[in-house]
Amino acid sequence: MSKLKVATVWLDGCSGCHMSFLDMDERLLKLAELIDIVYSPIVDAKVFPDEVDIALVEGAIASVDDEAKIKKVRAHSKMLIAMGDCAVAGNVPSMRNPIGPEKILDRAYIENASAQQQIPCVVVPKLLKIVRPIHEFVNVDVFLPGCPPSADTFYTALTALVTGAPLDISALTRFGA
Amino acid sequence: MSESMGVKTLIIDGQELSARAGQTILEVARENEINIPTLCHLEGLSNVGACRLCLVEIKGSNKLLPACVANIHEGMEVVTNSERLKKHRLVILELLFAERNHICAVCVSNGHCELQALAQELGLTHISLPYRNPALTVDASHERFTADHNRCILCMRCVRACAEIEGAHIWDVMGRGIDSIVITDLHDDWGSSACTRCGKCVQCCPTGALFDKSKIGSDHPKYPDFLPYLNLMREAR
Repeated sequence: MSKLKVATVWLDGCSGCHMSFLDMDERLLKLAELIDIVYSPIVDAKVFPDEVDIALVEGAIASVDDEAKIKKVRAHSKMLIAMGDCAVAGNVPSMRNPIGPEKILDRAYIENASAQQQIPCVVVPKLLKIVRPIHEFVNVDVFLPGCPPSADTFYTALTALVTGAPLDISALTRFGA
Repeated sequence: MSESMGVKTLIIDGQELSARAGQTILEVARENEINIPTLCHLEGLSNVGACRLCLVEIKGSNKLLPACVANIHEGMEVVTNSERLKKHRLVILELLFAERNHICAVCVSNGHCELQALAQELGLTHISLPYRNPALTVDASHERFTADHNRCILCMRCVRACAEIEGAHIWDVMGRGIDSIVITDLHDDWGSSACTRCGKCVQCCPTGALFDKSKIGSDHPKYPDFLPYLNLMREAR
């Protein structure tokens, strides 16, 4: 059997899910017998491949850039996994929702800036009004809550998904775990 | 022996059980180790049927009944865990999560929260409804406790604990429907209310909506077990 192509994507999250993914430690070697990481913040590929078997997405959708990325990821992935509470539920990034992006940007770049008070508008993507979980934009196949999901959760869930073994997510993790 | 002292027989989830007249379906189920999920019910407080998680099916009726306030009767046949009930319970949980701003990861009750635990128990891994993201206040005016309305599910345990057990009744509910919030006194700051600082409401709160300021991180288990004990001691007096 050829190895499954796996991608990991980092949207509006803290990278903690990727850290937890790396915390699988030596078990990554076992996983590497089953999968190839073809795209990820932790590998060199710069362009999302045309065909990916499993995409793990960390982070919520907070900007126009996130929105474009998640649509591209969905279009080129057979299975999409919402990885961690930000992707699953919005989590900490969504705490700005009742306040709105204008006030948040103003607090960060005008009110609390001692020099060069200006709201960044070039290179950085425009923020969406509301931060939302990824399933509000694209179809998600598997939800893996947790902040972050533990390395054990990643290993058990990925092994099950790759080998087709039964998977009970709620037995492994929960919101805020 | 009066009628109300009588023994009734009924069937819950196929089990033939006997119970005392006047007991609720929930009481009989729990005595017989049949799990019916609840959030507003708390041993030692009156029942209000607010959360609707304990809805059960009664044979011969189209209506679902809240087990915490529905009394048993002779020959009753109850189903507590059908596919239909599971579906309703998941929707109720989703509505609770979508209604306010429940961010488990930064909550003082993370790991000790009844809402979070129930979501896990019932296998809820995401909320399919759009989040409302309401702008809600946090009342930190009290010297010992904080009320974070973002995390409140309107179970009204605090209202009942304060009125029924402490006898102070400083908690109540203001507004209607989705705009309801719990308030202290006549919507005054908790810190300047007639609060006796007993902390019973905090121990009863199923989520991180009411919490002790001395607790940091997510180290805030709640201990409401004293309620039935207090009631027992008072009855014995």
